[in-house]
Amino acid sequence: MDQNKDCSGRRDFIKKTTALTALSIVPASLLKAGEKNEAIATFIEKAPLKLEINGKPYSLTVDPRMSLLDMLREQVGLTGTKKGCDQGHCGSCIVHVDGKRVNSCLTLATENNGAKITTIEGLADGDNLHPMQEAFIRHDAFQCGYCTPGQIMSAVACVKEGKANSPEEIKEYMGSNICRCGAYPNIVEAILDVKKSGAKV
Amino acid sequence: MDNNIKSPAIQFADDDRVDGIAKVTGRAKYTADQRPDNMVYGVFVTSTIAKGAIKNMVLHKAKDAPGVIEIIHYLNCPEVPGHTPYKKDPAKKGYEWRGLKIFQNNLVHHFGQPIALVVADTWERALHASSLVKAEYITEAFETDFDKLRKDESKLKPMGTYKRGEENAYKKADFYVEAEYDIPIETHNPIEMHATIAVWEGDNKLTVYDKSQGPKGTQSELARNFGLEEKNVRVITEYVGGAFGSGLRSWPHVPAACIAAKMVKRPVKVVLNRRQMFSMVGYRPQSWQWIGIGANKDGKLAGITHHAISNSSRLEDFREGIVNASQYLYECPNVNTSYKILPLDINTPTWMRGPGEASGAFALECALDELAYKMNMDPVELRIRNYATVHPVRKLPWSSKYLKECYETGIEKVGWKNRPAVPGSLKENGMLVGYGMGGGVFGAGRGNAAVKAILSQDGKLVLQSAVSDMGPGTATTMTKIAAETMQMPQQKITFMLGDTDFPPGPTQGGSTTTSTLGGGVSLVCEELKKHLKELAIAHADSFKNMKADELDVKNEKVVAKADAAVTISLTELLQKAGKQQLEIVKESGGPAEASKYAMNSFSAHFVKVLVNPQTGEIKFGKVVVTGDGGRIVSEKTARSQMLGGAVMGIGMALTEEALIDHKTGNYLNNNLGDYHVPLHTDVPEIESWFPNKPDFIINPMGSKGIGEISLIGFASAVANAVYNATGKRIRRLPIKPEIVV
Repeated sequence: MDQNKDCSGRRDFIKKTTALTALSIVPASLLKAGEKNEAIATFIEKAPLKLEINGKPYSLTVDPRMSLLDMLREQVGLTGTKKGCDQGHCGSCIVHVDGKRVNSCLTLATENNGAKITTIEGLADGDNLHPMQEAFIRHDAFQCGYCTPGQIMSAVACVKEGKANSPEEIKEYMGSNICRCGAYPNIVEAILDVKKSGAKV
Repeated sequence: MDNNIKSPAIQFADDDRVDGIAKVTGRAKYTADQRPDNMVYGVFVTSTIAKGAIKNMVLHKAKDAPGVIEIIHYLNCPEVPGHTPYKKDPAKKGYEWRGLKIFQNNLVHHFGQPIALVVADTWERALHASSLVKAEYITEAFETDFDKLRKDESKLKPMGTYKRGEENAYKKADFYVEAEYDIPIETHNPIEMHATIAVWEGDNKLTVYDKSQGPKGTQSELARNFGLEEKNVRVITEYVGGAFGSGLRSWPHVPAACIAAKMVKRPVKVVLNRRQMFSMVGYRPQSWQWIGIGANKDGKLAGITHHAISNSSRLEDFREGIVNASQYLYECPNVNTSYKILPLDINTPTWMRGPGEASGAFALECALDELAYKMNMDPVELRIRNYATVHPVRKLPWSSKYLKECYETGIEKVGWKNRPAVPGSLKENGMLVGYGMGGGVFGAGRGNAAVKAILSQDGKLVLQSAVSDMGPGTATTMTKIAAETMQMPQQKITFMLGDTDFPPGPTQGGSTTTSTLGGGVSLVCEELKKHLKELAIAHADSFKNMKADELDVKNEKVVAKADAAVTISLTELLQKAGKQQLEIVKESGGPAEASKYAMNSFSAHFVKVLVNPQTGEIKFGKVVVTGDGGRIVSEKTARSQMLGGAVMGIGMALTEEALIDHKTGNYLNNNLGDYHVPLHTDVPEIESWFPNKPDFIINPMGSKGIGEISLIGFASAVANAVYNATGKRIRRLPIKPEIVV
């Protein structure tokens, strides 16, 4: 309880300080509580953000509370990246940020200013699938397909990181990608196959 | 409906999934990926008590929060026609099964019950505002402790008994075992969280995107709820990201999204969070089982007694087939079973993969193993000595049963001959080694399915049915069945699903899709062939004086049986007949000889475990899953499904357990970090094997289901192997390392 009070106190403080800036521009006395909040929000909920997604530049205005995942899905409309838990447990939301795999649910959109993001939609070269995508199909490395974008993005990174030399190593380095349908053995085979083929990932 | 996105750059094998490219490119649209224009977001506020009533809802802060459009709760929720009290016939016992109602009164029935839905123009705003809603409660004493309460007979609801021969006859046998088995709550936890997007057009037309295993079921329920004609409710389930039973019914978030969309006059998207996946969409109930089983020196079972209790909620009586297999899997003259449920103040359970049968098999197959050791007999031998060839309850022969073949192959593949005769006596590299097996049985049902076939002048065949596919690969299998029946290349066939605008198909559950829907596909294709033959006779000169039974349809042509040179291509035929396309709808039903045979799928699982004697950690040396699922239509996807069942079995055996805090009634580990589903590192190489023998009594493909049997019995195989490795009998799941050492 006390903790809550503390929190709300701190929140109120932030709100008030931000409100000061906002209200210096808006004639506050004319607004009702809800409208006042809305007016304040128009200032604080619009953070500018520039980044590159799948090779394309984007200039966005985002809610600072928005995760990279929600930005991709709800604002940019790239729904290939999936939300499976929003807590960093399942790995469905893995994308590449500047070449590294990242749980996009655990990073705020605004933290990625200037970053180069690759999502599952950006993996294929036009109609030519990425070797990992092909391998996943050939090895039937999914059933429902929901965790698949995250598994594939993670798998590509796993090979790039040089951590795909044996089934044991692959399992370890794919440890943060959950597949509830249980396609694990097929996923490991797909990754090994790509690694052994020497295909460029 | 981009099931068949084909990449021109790559030719995949006939075995690969038809929706593979959509799934690996991110193009597959799951419910929460849909983005109707003008959509807003709903976030639930859930109860923080287990039982009682809401005294007051404190909403002003949330209402004033930016972007909030509406907050729906019991005080402002409009009347939902289907939510009005059900006129129950007082003479009729039984329970109300009309769905769980939402926002209808101030009562709280479990922790995590949705009590308000905050709708705002962005998800972040809705989420923030939902944190500002506070509820004040009048609390009541509640009951959530299954282990304690199941011992109180007055709290149990009897759900039936069965008796064949003499009761408790096992006690008179030369050898007998009495033991009890406990299985905790397990949650489906598909990686796609349940989601619903509701879109109203005016007051009487509703389109709903929903994560559902049965779009038709969702459609009827919503039509009934909102007093609409079924044709005015369209349910779209293009892709479903796993479900394992959680999508068999519509949970309260589905009508909630519809209520909200109606109130705010905009499409509303509601996506559950992982915490709500524990408290709002069902789970495998906790169970306690007691088995007495006895056999005589000749190895013949003399009696089985099986009592079971599983939990339900206070609102609904959920029951499942937990004691069924004990009645009929083995030949045994004396069997008695009883089943009771214990209502608790938690959310309602539901069927989870291999539903009650998986719980029951854990007890039965472990007890048989214990009995075999007592008799100094090989556990497989004991099963073979009591192999039933006639269904012991229904006294009917099985339409097909190749369980013996499963035993034989499993023994071979797992290396059963290396099994130590004395538990705890074999070590490999310092690890204790043990072998164990366990099996299962499940109904091989077939129901009604309507399928539409559209053959176009360009020679392409489209099939449509209102079903959904939670992952097994329905469209892939159906495409294969159509290709086989039509004897045409499967690349020219597209199977479309996930839309109630298509003819009514079955709910995907109970291992019946291939049989039921495949039966429908097969029938509509046969009918299409009949029409094509008639068209050929009527419109193609070369067939003029022939009869339909003198013709064949194959290789995209109508062919005269007597002279293979007399042919007409389907394309040309449709042109000649002046038809752009040929469209047929057919509905197929259950098997014709359903009353003459018992119909089941069977499985036998074999594992080799390696147990660390210091830490109790269990690793798998080898896993072999065998299943009699009739003829396997699509070997690649069927293998994957068997692997998936084994993986879920590994979770059931070793790690999965949803814990309830009995001080609050809340789930303690309601996230994927604390509820441990198997990860890459937990899963060994798994070998699957099918007898692959057709059962044409059930359907023209000869197929039976495998979704459930892939899991049923698996946990018992692990427990039995752990005993063989360590000499320690574990009768409570999950088998934790600290219990093993």
